[in-house]
Amino acid sequence: MMFVPGNNPGMMADAHIYGPDSIMLDLEDSVTMAEKDAARLLVYNALKSIDYGSTEMVVRINPLSTPYGKKDVEAVVKAGVDVIRMPKTETADEVRELEAEILKVETEIGRVGETRIMAAIESALGVVNAYAIATASRRMMGIALGAEDYSANLKTNRTPGGAELLLAREQIVVAARAAGIACFDTVYSNLDDMESFRHEVELIKTLGFDGKSIINPRQIEVVNSVFTPTEKEINKARTIVAAIKEAQAKGSGVIAVNGKMVDRPVVIRAERTIALAVAAGVISEEEML
Amino acid sequence: MAGTLESGDIMITIDPGEGLQIDLQSSVEAQFGRQIRAVIKETLEGLGIHDAYVQAVDKGALDCTIRARVTAAAVRASGKDVWKD
Repeated sequence: MMFVPGNNPGMMADAHIYGPDSIMLDLEDSVTMAEKDAARLLVYNALKSIDYGSTEMVVRINPLSTPYGKKDVEAVVKAGVDVIRMPKTETADEVRELEAEILKVETEIGRVGETRIMAAIESALGVVNAYAIATASRRMMGIALGAEDYSANLKTNRTPGGAELLLAREQIVVAARAAGIACFDTVYSNLDDMESFRHEVELIKTLGFDGKSIINPRQIEVVNSVFTPTEKEINKARTIVAAIKEAQAKGSGVIAVNGKMVDRPVVIRAERTIALAVAAGVISEEEML
Repeated sequence: MAGTLESGDIMITIDPGEGLQIDLQSSVEAQFGRQIRAVIKETLEGLGIHDAYVQAVDKGALDCTIRARVTAAAVRASGKDVWKD
């Protein structure tokens, strides 16, 4: 998910060319108070007019407690955004409040139920309430960590190893999995240190995240290379899936592949590997039929 | 006033006027001047504005950016928002 400031029309017009899975147009922290009105109009008109193809379009709105939040919801829902990202989410009630605002605008335009919600968790209270937030609405498609505000709220600093984020990251992954929705990690802002960025992406993939937020097209390749399964992993997954299909056809639930017992969790991981390979475009869905 | 002089943007200034007068500066005026003026005019008329003096400094803005900047300038000049409160 690539962050793009909502007051920069040049970047908004070009962002999808670099091929991110999703683009988050930002109306919150990257836009000054004096430009909130103009950025909202830019984002509205961009969403209505620019052909972003299959790129998932997300808009980070201002909190509903500010004078901008409700107008942001009206504009982006009317423009047909895929996902609204709620900043600084701390409670399930806040999600339900946003849901009600979305429904009001959707009802007005006759597009009920189309807008999904992603909640950014950026405080200790948000981390504590992660599962309640993740299950607060049927529109919830994911939760995400916002590390800068979270670190400040914890009264600590960002470190290269990210020790200060460990509990929040694990809590967010666990809450998302328990709720059956996606989870996304925070941004890494030092564009001159791609090696540390790669290590962070490897770490969050190991923790179970579905993806990483990025601030520059240069970071896309690193995220994709870490999340795309290797040929060896794909071949192993294919062998397992093929073996289990064959076993099921024979009425057996347990199989052995290369002398090792394969049970349900192994099959689930193999299916996830194949799903990632298909999503990354290294194999086609037809190949798996 | 709304917009910037950054690449891909357009700066719009709206002052009182009689009829719609559009003063456009653009490096692509020869190719796109007519289109840019048409988008400015159509956006203002859509907002019910038929009398204004518009200064536009274009830096290669898309039509959607022109619409957004003209609307923002008009809203700021009139104090009448396009969204509900």
